[in-house]
Amino acid sequence: MEAKTKDLWVFVETNEDGSAKNVGIELLTPGRELANKQGGALVAVIVGSNVEAAKNDAIAYGADKVIVVDSPEYKDYSTDAYAIALTTLVEKYGPTSMLIGATPNGRDLGPRVSCRLKTGLTADCTGLDIDEESGNVAWTRPAFGGNLMATILCPEHRPQIGTVRPGVFKKGEPDASHAAEVITEDIHVSEDQIRVKVLELIKEMGDENVDLEGAEIIVSGGRGVGGPEGFEPIKALAEVLGATVGTSRAAVDAGWISHAHQVGQTGKTVGPKLYIAFGISGAIQHLAGMNSSDVIVAINKDPDAPIFDVADYGVVGNLFEVLPVLTEEIKKARA
Amino acid sequence: MNILVCVKQVPDTTEIKINPETNTLVRDGVPSIVNTFDGYALEAAARIKDKDPETKIVVLSMGPEQAKAALKECLAIAADKAYLVSDRAFGGSDTLATSYILSESIKKVEELEGKFDMIFCGKQAIDGDTAQVGPEIAEHLGYAQVTYGLEAEVDGDTLKVRREAEDGVQVVAVKMPCLATFTKPAWDPRYPTIKRKMAANKAQIPTLAAADLATIDLAQAGLKGSPTKVKKTFVPQKRTGGMKIQEESGEESAKKLFSVLSEASII
Repeated sequence: MEAKTKDLWVFVETNEDGSAKNVGIELLTPGRELANKQGGALVAVIVGSNVEAAKNDAIAYGADKVIVVDSPEYKDYSTDAYAIALTTLVEKYGPTSMLIGATPNGRDLGPRVSCRLKTGLTADCTGLDIDEESGNVAWTRPAFGGNLMATILCPEHRPQIGTVRPGVFKKGEPDASHAAEVITEDIHVSEDQIRVKVLELIKEMGDENVDLEGAEIIVSGGRGVGGPEGFEPIKALAEVLGATVGTSRAAVDAGWISHAHQVGQTGKTVGPKLYIAFGISGAIQHLAGMNSSDVIVAINKDPDAPIFDVADYGVVGNLFEVLPVLTEEIKKARA
Repeated sequence: MNILVCVKQVPDTTEIKINPETNTLVRDGVPSIVNTFDGYALEAAARIKDKDPETKIVVLSMGPEQAKAALKECLAIAADKAYLVSDRAFGGSDTLATSYILSESIKKVEELEGKFDMIFCGKQAIDGDTAQVGPEIAEHLGYAQVTYGLEAEVDGDTLKVRREAEDGVQVVAVKMPCLATFTKPAWDPRYPTIKRKMAANKAQIPTLAAADLATIDLAQAGLKGSPTKVKKTFVPQKRTGGMKIQEESGEESAKKLFSVLSEASII
C-alpha cells in the first residue's frame, strides 16, 4: 500500500491490566528521532482493554498522537484479534513506518500483519536509523547467531515495519504536562474470529513471572550451580536486585530449572542493563543470547572459561563463596 | 492425520567464521544441519504419529539441491515423504517471498499427498532468526497460527497445543487445519534408526520448480518479490574481557566485586 502520511507509529503492547509494556515506551525514544527525520508525527498505537494507564504513559513519554482501540476482546492477546485491529488501523491511516516491540507476542503479531499488508518486516532489530541516501528506515539486526549484523531497507512498500528488541533503547523522561491528540477507534472482533482458544494457563513454578526479555537485571546460574538447590542462592540475589533468574541450556537439560528461564540460542535473547552469570562457562549458544547486555559480570572457577572473554567484570572463584557474600553486601548497602 | 513439517537446511551457526576483509560468511567447511527448531517440529509430529500410526508426515524444504541431505535426515528420523522446492527464480527471497513460495508449494504437495490437517514449522531458523516464515505461511493460507509450541495433541477436529507464553505455559485449542511453530521442549528429539537411515539414503526426493506450481505469481517470488533488501552486512563489535578479580578467598573477591560495581554505579 501507499503511505498516506509521514507518520511513524509505535505499537505499544499492553499488559493484561491495561498498562504499557516497557518496550513500547522505550520505542518512543528512537521513534521520536525517526519521526523527526521523516518529517512526520510520532504516533503511539494502543490496543487492549482498559488502557488508560498505557495511554497516559505514551503521552507523557512524548507521543504527538495516540490511537486507542479499547475493548474487552483485547484483554488477552490473540493473534487474530490484534492482527485485525492493527491492519484495520494501518489501512485507514497509512503510516510510513511502524515499530513493534520484539516480545513473544510482538513477534507473533508482526509477521501476520506485515504479510496481510504485503509489506516488509525486519525482525528483532537492535539498531534504527534513517538511510541518508533513500530516506528509508535502516533496520539493523543480528543474524547467524550474532556473528554478523545486517542493515535492511524496505524501499518500495509501506509501511516499513520492524520488531525491535526490548532493552536496546532507553525510556525517555516522562513529562506529565505533555499533551497529545487522542483518537479512539471502535474496532470489534467477534468471538468466532478469534480462532485459537486458551484452555489453560499453567503459571511457572513458584508463580513467578519469567520476563527475561523485559528484565533490567538478570542473575543467571549454569551447570556450575550443581543442582536445583543451587538456584536458591541465585534466587536470593535476584530478589535483592529485583532481577529475573536466567539459566543456560546445561541446567535446563539437567532438569534443574524450567526452559522458561533459558537464555541463549534455544532460549531467550536478552539485553538487560546488567547480566550476572554464575557457573556458566559461556558456550557460543549462550553468548549469542546475552552478549548485547550493557554490563556483563561473570563468576566462574575456571579462569579460561569463555564467558570471561565477554565479561566486563570477571571473578575467578567458587560461586558458592562469592554469591552469599555479594548478596549480603548489597543487602547491607540498601538497608 | 496428515502432517506437513517445513524444514530449512542451515549452516551450524556455532561453527561459523567471518571473513574479516569482506564481512561475509565463510561457508566452506561449515557443516549444514537441519535447523534445530525444525527438528522440534518434526518431533512434535512424530509424537502424534506414535499415538496414531496411520498418520503421514511429509517434510518440505526450499533451498538448493544440497538441501536434500536435510530432507533425508528428516526421513531417517520420522518423515514418510519429502519434497524439495528449488528454482533459480526463488533465489534471494526474503521472508514474505519465501512464505509465499512455500504456501504455493503446499497447495501443490496437497494435490499429491492429500490435504494437510496441520502444518508444523520451527519457531525460527538459527541462521536468520526472524521467526517470520511460519506465521506468514499461515497468513498466506488463511490458517490460524500457534507459535512457541512445545507439544501438540489431536482431539477430534481440534489440535491442542502446549505453548510457552510470557507468564507460563498455555494450553490452547485450534480447529484444524492450522499452523503451529515449535520451540525447544523438555525432551530431546528422537534419533534415526539404522534401518530408517538406510531407507532414507535410497529415497527419491521430488523437486518442485516454479513451472510445477500452477498458480504462482513470480512477481511475488525471489529478489524482485521481496520488499526487504539487505543494504549492508558487518561484523559486530566484539566484546572484550574487562577487569579480572581473583582475591585470596571467595569472600574477598565478592567484596571487591561489590565495591567496583558500586563505584561504577552498576548496582
